[in-house]
Amino acid sequence: MTESDGYILIALMVLPLITAVGLMLVPSKERSAIVGITAISSLALFIMSVYVFAAYSFEGDTYQGVLSYPWIENVGLLGDAGISLKVGIDGVTASLVLLTGIVVMPGTWVSWKIQHRLKDFFVLFYILTAGVFGVFVLMDLFFWFLAYETALLPMYLLIAVWGSTRKEYGAMKLMMMLMAGSIPIFAAIFAVFAEVGLGTFDMEILLSASKDEDFQKIFFPLVVIGCGTLGAMFPFHSWSPDGHAAAPTAVSMVHAGVLMKVGAFGIVRIGAQMMPEGAIYWGPALVALGITAALYGAISALRQTDMKLLMGFSSVSHMGYVFVGLGTMNVIGMTGAVLQMTAHGLMTALFFLLIGAMYDQSHNRDLPNFSGLAKQMPIWSVFFVFAALASLGLPGLSGFIAEVHIFIGAFRSYPIVGGLAVLTAAITTTYLMRALAQSFFGEANPKWNSLKEMTWIERSGAAVLAASILLLGLWPSPWIDRIAGSLSQIPGLTL
Amino acid sequence: MTDLSGQLLDFDYSLVLPEIIAVLFAMIVVGADAFKVQLKLPSQIALALTIVGIVCALVSSLTIGLNHDGNFAGLIILDSFTTFFRVLFYGVTLTIVLGSHEYISKYVSHIGEFYGLLILATLGAVLMASAGELLTAYLGIELLSFSLYIAVSLTKGDLRSNEASLKYVLLGGVASASLLYGLSLLYGVSGSTDYSEIAAALSGSVSDLEPTLLLGLVMIIVGLGFKASAVPFHMWTPDAYEGAPIPVTAYLSATSKAATVAILLRWFGGPLLPIAGDWQMIFSALAVATMVVGNLVALQQTNIKRLLAYSSIGQMGYMLMAVVAVGSGYVDIATSGVLVHLAGYIITNILVFVGVTHFFNNEESEEISAFKGLAQTSPYLALLITAGLFSLAGMPLLVGFFTKFILFQAIVSAGHLGLVVVAVVASTVSLYYYLMVIRQMYLYEPEDSSKKLSVTTSGYLTTLVLFIAMVVLGLWGAPLYAVADTAATSLF
Repeated sequence: MTESDGYILIALMVLPLITAVGLMLVPSKERSAIVGITAISSLALFIMSVYVFAAYSFEGDTYQGVLSYPWIENVGLLGDAGISLKVGIDGVTASLVLLTGIVVMPGTWVSWKIQHRLKDFFVLFYILTAGVFGVFVLMDLFFWFLAYETALLPMYLLIAVWGSTRKEYGAMKLMMMLMAGSIPIFAAIFAVFAEVGLGTFDMEILLSASKDEDFQKIFFPLVVIGCGTLGAMFPFHSWSPDGHAAAPTAVSMVHAGVLMKVGAFGIVRIGAQMMPEGAIYWGPALVALGITAALYGAISALRQTDMKLLMGFSSVSHMGYVFVGLGTMNVIGMTGAVLQMTAHGLMTALFFLLIGAMYDQSHNRDLPNFSGLAKQMPIWSVFFVFAALASLGLPGLSGFIAEVHIFIGAFRSYPIVGGLAVLTAAITTTYLMRALAQSFFGEANPKWNSLKEMTWIERSGAAVLAASILLLGLWPSPWIDRIAGSLSQIPGLTL
Repeated sequence: MTDLSGQLLDFDYSLVLPEIIAVLFAMIVVGADAFKVQLKLPSQIALALTIVGIVCALVSSLTIGLNHDGNFAGLIILDSFTTFFRVLFYGVTLTIVLGSHEYISKYVSHIGEFYGLLILATLGAVLMASAGELLTAYLGIELLSFSLYIAVSLTKGDLRSNEASLKYVLLGGVASASLLYGLSLLYGVSGSTDYSEIAAALSGSVSDLEPTLLLGLVMIIVGLGFKASAVPFHMWTPDAYEGAPIPVTAYLSATSKAATVAILLRWFGGPLLPIAGDWQMIFSALAVATMVVGNLVALQQTNIKRLLAYSSIGQMGYMLMAVVAVGSGYVDIATSGVLVHLAGYIITNILVFVGVTHFFNNEESEEISAFKGLAQTSPYLALLITAGLFSLAGMPLLVGFFTKFILFQAIVSAGHLGLVVVAVVASTVSLYYYLMVIRQMYLYEPEDSSKKLSVTTSGYLTTLVLFIAMVVLGLWGAPLYAVADTAATSLF
């Protein structure tokens, strides 16, 4: 990746912002203009993120496409480097940028049918998108945190105005829990700045600067708690099922698909990469929390009947694997964790897209209310079964690759945890198969004969996500090379 | 002219030109308004003269501030710190007058006196920030307070306004008495009212804790704590805010608070710094109590002005942390941090208040529930108030995020991570009650959706300028930080 590719990284953040501002200037009645603008913007973001992923060379420097513009320096407590608008990616963020690009496009497509204040929806949605891309590409801690909060900010209105099922409660709970989660991150950022004492928020400098071991042991857990809240880590996950059940389709897709990964990524970047000794010290705790979440989420999912709640708890469970992988502190386990972020992001986005496509017609998501859906909506059901198979880790699909890495990593460090993780996979199969058997097969319930097949737009969106799942499942080496290449730079990591 | 010890005093009147202009215009405004019928002056003469006067003061502050440094016979110090606050105070008054003159002519009795008092209050605030000795500072405090006691009562038809004024006067009088007593004790111990001489006298006697000095210190902190509405001296704030005309509430939350911060920094970063060990703990306790109580009590408010009153108490708590950091010897970075935050807070808060003023002009209600469906009846006002509240909560892309970040980082660098954790928790709580207002505007349908609220041209212009400032400084706060840093370095 050349330096000039840094401009594309900047464009990834700025284009959504420009889209949001541009949309504000369009009259609300011009639906076709709104659709056109968002179509072009989301396609451009998709193409750019594919390019960024492809251009990142895993044989080159760890951080590529680095561009830096001084913003504030030599004033007050800031030194020569101060705060700068600095972008750059490593292998981990390259794959997460790609994930975001893939999820945002279908998310935009399925939102076109929103009738109520479409323009306002997209303004907020694209501010959210800008924040998410910002978190992945920014290399300055000040701007990183700014982007992090920007990604959370629109969430409240997006859920409370356009959501369903207890939307006000879900939105407020989600917002307050996530904002409370950013408290320890705030504290950790300030502490890192003061500890390094160079008067700069430049991440490259902060990452490489030496930090006291005791300092790392104190502040690593703060980062885990803060970012873990956004990543729906047990026991800070309780916003997730409620929030997802309340959120509109596209917001669920982006939130479960990408935003939760921002949390897990925070643990990688601000946690493991910034404070490796602290991460090694607290690794066992992270593994314990992760495996608890995996089991707890899976067992809770067993008795859910609302499809979105089922997916919400399933997400808690799958994110549990991510934390197990991160806690192993060996390259293969952590690589698996980042793969799992991508894999889970794609497949939850697909799930929520499908659930949304049906809920918009039936206004009902209760599994026992349905049966024989495969007869009424065959194409929809094919996609759903596909997503379920990816979720339970069928070889050849994305989930398998990620989970295998995590299981191997876990067995290397903590054999018992490895065993429990495999058990969780079995429970996952149970709840997904139970849902499929109950609602998709058997006699068709005549009450739902009026259900129509997905629209072409929804089919295309689902196809993009399904193709990505298949690609990652069948040809994972581009991801693995990039992710493992960057993670192996963390000092103290075992193979 | 010479002082008591025979030293020649240097009365350089050019240094206080903005204040001279302000006094003159305050009198002209009152006079012109009183005789406008006889002299056949246009009805808006008071407004026009006020604007002219403040603009003149503002321009002269800038030109003098950029070219001179010095002091007016030791009474008034002219440095970057003074200039920072001068520009801020005159700017605030100008913005409030421009943004809400329709409200003033509609709901405020005695318009001429009102504008005159506003100018005099600003003058008092400038004196507070620029004084070089205790008595001048005290006169500034009293000038500001007395002008505001009357201004608060100027919606005469409204009982709440009268009640607010009475409460404010009585409690304010007690606080002033306490402050003055404290100052006299301080004078008794140090033998001077001049800041630098007090500092010299006190730095000799750090080791022995003199009871007189301690008593004086506590009295001063009580007096200033009242002016700053620090918990537990905040009880007057919500009532005064609720009863006062909205522009006065805006003024109370901006200039009155900022002037107190200025005097806190001048005193505790200067003459009282040698005895920091005695007051640092007090300010830590005040800051924590103010942040916690202000933000928690705000949760149950139903009146937007009371809500903003408690929110401004909470904001004051953040700024009190800076005084603690000053006590740890980080005068420079703590001051620049708090000045940045102060400027950002004032821009945002005035934006919200001007928005509320125009809402009131249409709906004649201050209840939060009256904001129901504002996103449909006036998308512009709804956007303004939402952005302003988000900025107050420290949300990104807006100035509040940047200023809070800088302020909190300065406090952590001074070694007070614990305080900042309280502050961040408090500011998360604040997001909840701001969201309660935003919820009304965006989530609910208006009672009469065909109704469209109107905003006047001057209202649009003022809010637009403030809004742009809020967004631009949020994304590029470097100039603000540089200015604040220059002001801070001139403090010592």
